[in-house]
Parts: sequence; C-alpha cells; structure tokens
Amino acid sequence: MSVRLSALSGALLMLGFGCGQPASAPQPAAAPEPGAAPGAAPSTPAAPAESASADTGPIKVGILHSLSGTMAISETSLKDVALMTIDEINEKGGVLGRKLEPVVVDPASNWPLFAEKARELITKDKVAVTFGCWTSVSRKSVLPVFEELNSLLFYPVQYEGEESSYNVFYTGAAPNQQAIPATEYMMSKEGGEAKRFVLLGTDYVYPRTTNKILRYFLQSKGVAEADIMEKYTPFGFTDYQTIVAEVKRFAAGKRTAVISTINGDSNVPFYKELANQGVKAEDIPVVAFSVGEEELRGIDTAPLVGHLAAWNYFQSINSPENKAFIEKWKAYVAKAKLPGGDKRVTNDPMEATYVGIHMWAHAVAQAGTTKVDAVRQAVAGQTFKAPSGFEIKMDEKNHHLHKPVFIGEVQANGQFQIVWKTEGPVRAMPWSPFVPDSAKKVADWTYPWLCGNCTEPKVALAK
Amino acid sequence: MAERYLSCIGRLIRVGLTGCLLFTLALPAAADGGELGALIGSLSASDRARAGAAVEALALRKEPEALTALTALRDGLLLVAADGRVLIQRTDGLYDAESGAKVEPAPKADVIVMNNTLRRQVTPAIAALSLRAPDHGVRLSAAVALSKSLDEKLVPTVRAALADEKDPEIKRMLSQAVAQADITSSDPKLRLAAVQSMGASADVAYKSSLAVLTARDAAGNYGERDPQIREAAESALSRIERKELFTRIVRDLFYGLSLGSVLLLAALGLAVTFGLMRVINMAHGEMLMLGAYSTYVAQRLFESYLPSAMDFYMVLAIPLAFAVCMGVGMVLERTVIRFLYGRPLETLLATWGISLLLIQTVRLIFGAQNVTVANPSWLSGGYDLLPGVVLPYNRIATVLFVGMVVAFVNWILKRTPLGLQVRAITQNRGMAACMGIPTARVDMLTFGVGSGIAGLGGVALSQLGNVGPELGQLYIVDSFLVVVVGGVGKIAGSVVAAVGLGTINKVLEPFAGAVLGKIFLLVFVVLFIQRRPQGLFALKGRSAES
Repeated sequence: MSVRLSALSGALLMLGFGCGQPASAPQPAAAPEPGAAPGAAPSTPAAPAESASADTGPIKVGILHSLSGTMAISETSLKDVALMTIDEINEKGGVLGRKLEPVVVDPASNWPLFAEKARELITKDKVAVTFGCWTSVSRKSVLPVFEELNSLLFYPVQYEGEESSYNVFYTGAAPNQQAIPATEYMMSKEGGEAKRFVLLGTDYVYPRTTNKILRYFLQSKGVAEADIMEKYTPFGFTDYQTIVAEVKRFAAGKRTAVISTINGDSNVPFYKELANQGVKAEDIPVVAFSVGEEELRGIDTAPLVGHLAAWNYFQSINSPENKAFIEKWKAYVAKAKLPGGDKRVTNDPMEATYVGIHMWAHAVAQAGTTKVDAVRQAVAGQTFKAPSGFEIKMDEKNHHLHKPVFIGEVQANGQFQIVWKTEGPVRAMPWSPFVPDSAKKVADWTYPWLCGNCTEPKVALAK
Repeated sequence: MAERYLSCIGRLIRVGLTGCLLFTLALPAAADGGELGALIGSLSASDRARAGAAVEALALRKEPEALTALTALRDGLLLVAADGRVLIQRTDGLYDAESGAKVEPAPKADVIVMNNTLRRQVTPAIAALSLRAPDHGVRLSAAVALSKSLDEKLVPTVRAALADEKDPEIKRMLSQAVAQADITSSDPKLRLAAVQSMGASADVAYKSSLAVLTARDAAGNYGERDPQIREAAESALSRIERKELFTRIVRDLFYGLSLGSVLLLAALGLAVTFGLMRVINMAHGEMLMLGAYSTYVAQRLFESYLPSAMDFYMVLAIPLAFAVCMGVGMVLERTVIRFLYGRPLETLLATWGISLLLIQTVRLIFGAQNVTVANPSWLSGGYDLLPGVVLPYNRIATVLFVGMVVAFVNWILKRTPLGLQVRAITQNRGMAACMGIPTARVDMLTFGVGSGIAGLGGVALSQLGNVGPELGQLYIVDSFLVVVVGGVGKIAGSVVAAVGLGTINKVLEPFAGAVLGKIFLLVFVVLFIQRRPQGLFALKGRSAES
C-alpha cells in the first residue's frame, strides 16, 4: 500500500515540477548523439528487454527485495531506501528529463520466486534496471534470468565473490573488502590475538564459500586444522543451545573468535543464547558479516556490547556526506510514515543501494539512454562521494565497487563504535587469491578479456 | 561455580565502592597525586593503547583509587569532563576519580568508551587489585578470574597473594592461576606442581597446555622430557576428558529435554485436534503464531499502561493467548471444519487455505516484519549447573510450563465432563451420540481447547525464537512428527515422542551438525513409522482401526 502511495506522491511531484520548470524536462531527452554511447559497447545483440515504450514516459526501475519471510528483517529497509533515493532523484527532475518509476515486488524469501519475479520485472514491466537481492542464493537464482534477457542488476550486499557477471554490478563487498580484513583484525593484537576460529553460518552458498576462502586464508597464516571449527544451521533456525555450548567448549584453552555468517532472523535467537549462556565479547568475540544496525534494532543490545561487525559503512561514521544521508533518511521515514518511525537506522547495504542507484542514474545521464549495453559501459568507472566519507569508484574492469573497510563494536545503543578502518577504498578481488582454483581467474570486462571467470583473454581481434 | 562467580563480582563492585568511600572520608583530599593522577588521567586517552598501558600500570598500584577507577571504567561509570578531569558517576553526583572529592556543580562529561582490548585488560587488573580484599567472596571471585588466564606481568602479584592466603579454596584457585605460568618453567618441581594442580581442577581450559607436554614433535621427542611429569600430565588429561564426557552427557540430556519440551508445546494442541478428533489441521501452526502474537499484544499493552509491571506481562499473555486461539478455533470449527468431518483430503486443503488466510491477516495487521517480544528480565540469563553447562532460564521455564500444560490437558481429559465426553466420542462416535452426548457441541469445544493449547505453546515459543507471520510454518512438520510417532489419540505418546525426538536430535547435533542432525532424525522417524505405523502408544480395542 505504502509503495503505491509513494509512487502516487512521486507522480504528483512530477506534475508539480513539470509546471514549475518547463525548461528542465524535455532538454536532455533529446536523442543521444549517435555513436557516442555505443562506440565502446561490445557486439551484443540488441536486448529484448529494452524498454519499448516511448522515450518520454517514466523510466521503470525494478526493486526486488523480500518484504516477508526470514529475510524481511534485513531486506525491507533496502526497498525503503531505494524508494527514498528514487524520490530524491525525481525531486531533482529525474534522469534524462524523465521521472523514475519504482516497481516493487515481493519475492518473499523464496529463492525460485526471485527468478520468477525478476523475469516478470524485465519482460512484463520492462524495467530499465533492477536493484535487489540480499542472499547469494537469491542472486544465483536470478542470475540466469538477467543474463538471458540482458538486463542489469545492482546487487547491494557483501557476498562471497567467486563470481562476476556481465549483467551485475556489485555494490557490496567482496571477501577481501570484508571477511579477510575482519579475520586479520581478530588475529591482530588489538583484536584479541585469536588463535582458534569458529566459522558459524547459515547453510547456503554465501557462508559456505566465504568459510572456504577463510579456511584457506587461515591455513596460509599458519592456523592448524584442529583450531578451526565449522558449523552450519538452516535458515530460520532458533535452537542455538548446543552450538553455543560447543563454541564455549572449543574456546577453552586458546583465544577464540567466532566468525558469524548467520543470516536473517536466526541472529536474534543466536545472540540471545550467547547472552543467556554468559558468553562475553571480551572472552569470545563474535564478528558478524550480516549483522548491522538494522538487525540489532530487534534485539536487546545490552548483552551484546563488544561483539563486532565488519562493514564498509556504519551509521556512526562521522562525515558530512553521512550526516546528510542520515538526515535524508530520517526525513523520508517521517514523510512516508514507515513502521519503526524515529527508531529506524541506516546500514551498509542501504548505503550500497543508495550509491548504486545514484551511479546508475549518473551513468544513464552520461550514456543519454537507458539501453543496457550503453549504460553498462557508462557505469564502469563512475565515481560517487559516498556517505562513508570516501569518493568511491565502480571498477572499470571487474564491475565491483572500491570500498573502505570498517570494523565496529556493538554499543549499548545499537550503534557501532569504529575500532579499525582502512586508510582508503580497497579494490575488490572477486576471485580470491587464497583459493587455489580461483587464484588464476580474472574478472575483467574490458578488451581483450571480456570475461568474468577466465584464465586468458577471450577476445583477440585480428590485427 | 560461575553463579557464585557472578554474585562475587557484584559484591566486588560494592566493596570496591565502599572501600573508596571510607578512604574518601579518611582523607578528603588525597595528598599523593603525582603519578597515580597521571595514570587515571590516561584512562581517558583517545589512544586506546595508552589507556591500556595505564590499566596495566594501575593493576600494580596499591592505592584504593586505582581499583575504584578501574571498577567504574568497567561499569561505564567513569567519565571525562571537557577540561580532562576524570570523574566517577555515583547515584548522588560526580566524584573526582583521583582525589575522591565530590565535584560541584557537576560539569558536562562524557562516558569513557570501552573496547574489547581494554575490557580484556580491565578484568584481570580488577581481579589482581582485589586479591587482598578483606571479603572472602571478593578474593575468591578474583582468584577464579585469574585462574582462567594470567598475564605474565601479574604473576609476582598473584604469587605473593598465594603465599599470604589462608583460605584453601582461594589457595587452590590461585595455585591454578600460577600453574599457567609455572608449566613452562625450567624447574621440574614447579612444572610437576603445576601439572598436578591443573589435573586436580579438571578444568577443560588447561587441556591445550597439558597436551603440549604429552605430544611428540617432528623429531619424536615429547614436549616434556621428564617421564614423571609426563605421566602426571597424562593422568591429568584423562581426568579432564572424563569430566568433559560427563559434562557433555548432562548437557545433551538437558538440551534434549528442553528441545523436547518445545516440540511438545508445539504438538500438544495438535495431539488434541488431530489426535483425538482426526482433523488434519494444517492451520495448527497458525494457532501457535496467534498465541505468540497475543503475547506480543499483551507486552505492548503493559508497555503502554503498566510499564512498571513489564516483567509480569505473562500474567496477561497466557490467558489472552488461550482465549484468542480458543475463540478462533471454535469459529473455524463451526464455519468450516464441521462440514468436512470424515473427508481428510478436503479438511487438509481447507485448513491449509485457512492457514494462508490467517498468515495474511496477521501480516496486514502487524506487518510482514518480525515483532520484538522481549524476555522478561527474570527469563534472561542462565543457571550454571556445571562448568560448561548453563541452563538458560527461558529453557528451564519452558520445561516447567510444558509440564503444567500437560497436567492441564490431562485434567481436562480425565477429570471434567467434557473430557469424558471427548473420550467417549473418540472411542465410538455413533454410540456416544446415541447415549445423548451432544457431539456437535463437544466437537466445537474440543477443537477450541486444542487450539487454545496451541496458543499456550505460542506464548512459550515467543520467548525462544522470532515472532513473525510465518512462525507456524516452522513448527507444523515437527508437530505432526511428534503426534504420529507418539501414536495418534494418545497424549502420553506425544510426551514420550517429543522428549525422545528432542534428545535424539540433540545427541546427534554435535556430531552431525544442525542440518544433517535433522535429516538423520527424519530418516529415523520414517524407518520407525514403517516398522510401527500405529506409533509408540497405540489405541487398543475394536474402534482403534476405524
């Protein structure tokens, strides 16, 4: 309902602007200079998903996030922030003089449904781009659809790497922008010099792959096999008694850190159980890759103080861009009367969504069209002054964002105190150098590679 | 042990503060500022490494202010004013951490933020400073804290305290603390004493340092050259392992009981609606969900109208959940289910449709997101049964609660006219009707009671997991599992099946993991049903097969 309302208000705004500033609307809509945009594009056939409607109507933008089910705890706010960003762009006149029109669908934490909804967005609604997915399993589920129909997906969440698709821009972190630095921090003096590691995750592709990379990484640092414990639980799991007890037993004798890739609402019973069994952060710190401000909103944070999270953005970052971002968000929450009200927070995937939508909008303006092949060329290399305070860039080659890394400790108020950060943005390495098989692979979408997972260039034009 | 440890920490804080107050009275303005003042001042340094060094230095000081300042730091009561003065927050105002004098008017000051590195340094520092406290409990808790891990710099302090200590229990703890340093000593006598004291404690924390002694390196040499010490280490290790095994058995049994009680709570309502009435009730999970949401509503009502009695919102939640679910159950029975008796397939589809309807209704009213049901404070935390086995209070409460619900169901079935009629109808519906039992009315009430009991299950589940519209879907399969394994129509069967399945699951989990453990359990159930389709407790008699 609220979606429709905001779309309506967007439309009303559009009318208001159309009357007030007649000059701004039609001007950039003039036909893109021929040759300028497609010049660099590879010879992909014209996309069937191309918006067939007239170039003057609103540009449809798909939003594909679970609004119900186990992932709703995390994904709902991404839908909200996407609508906020679209509102923001529309208030400034839209892109190419056309308004953005969000199309929100709910794949309900159901992975095959993600693929169906994605197909519906591309073929039925004819969206120019889609912002969506959280879990890697949902991304893997929609990937063939985006590739088959040659449409663009902006994926805003940290993930396990080992992938690079020509149809996806990854605005979340790759392992070397989150998991590896966090593990290094736990091994460092200030992180507690952990000697033993518990790799705890939800049972699906992201935790399993991340933990595989971390295992190789830990081995390369001389951690013995016996000092690594790996455990998985199903989605929606609630009974963490045995696991917490096992962790406590494993931790006896050597400094131990838990690296948690638990996703979704299972985190609530997990942290509750940790607190109930008296596990304190100074004894066994838990560093989580999928727990941010939004997830902590549903938990009594007092017993969690000191547990950690590694992200590329925290709400507590002190930068003018972040202040503006938070203010915009608070204003939007109040305006759209979102549930939670003034308790709503910002977090890393929200920032990534915000950055992604802006980069896409800039790229469309640069390309002068919403055509996928032209926009893709324009997105690569875009820069944006992000709320994290850094000017971050979409890598021209591997289509991942350069991101700074922050490690924060949970505070009693549900925010994070930043205890470690990199000096600047780090370039993503989608193929982990620690995994023997993927160390050889290259993700490079420029000539002559043009490939997401090759060991040698794919295109060799005759001289 | 840790229970005592916790209460000791509480006492430690109190004694620390009183000690400081006494000192303050005796010496209104501490004469000796100097270095102590500088150290306390550095606690507020934005460079946390400097603050850490200050904590380590303060741990070796004699002045009581050191302990007071560190205790305040740990509890988040140490503040820093704009002019750099370090202050302690007490209920009646701010006190200067160095002089102990009250600061008036209270300046604007910020709490000194802790991080893990600092927390790890503060705990042993406070313990080291409390080793000479007059209170026995404070000393003991300090010794326990140090026995877990001991920093090299504190070894002389602990050794000195050990020499002066009279109490045997504290002495034992302190010698364990010292043993961690002595086990790498060059003196074989000290090493032997260390190994023996570790063996006597049988604490799993020392397993890895003992294992070093008995392990062979690449050249085939033992970590410990002295065979006598090695033998002692081996026997110490085997003691630790025996104790570990015992701990593990106790732990798995309790966790099994606790999981079993959750399964039983989820299944009891179904044992009535499916077990006694033979309604394949796919909407049973949603009754659990409604019960959980009733708890949420009760909590919100208390939050708005009776915030002082928040801890007792259960008093309202339990009857509310029962009443709501019973009401919904009776309405369902009257409007849908009664037309479908004897047609299992239609019942299955209809109740499944109802379940979707209920999920969507809740989603419209409360939103698709999970709602927060906070544990009352008396359900947070846990009881330390043994070192390594914590029984969380919410789990203990669940076990007790399920006991009460089973007793309640039993009372209804065995001691009330309704129960008599239900049992009569279960055995032979036609005959019961001929005897003048109003079967339609009894059906409605029975379905209502079954649903109400499911609501009670929901109250308990809201304390353990997440409350969302799909809550019921998580438990519906488990519920049917329990009822079918237990034997349809027998409450006692459900009890045995739930506890049995819970225990098997928990025993398997450490070996197989949570995912595989569940799969093994399902395989086990399939095999069991193949062998014994009627379940554990079968109904006997001529009507049983109908």
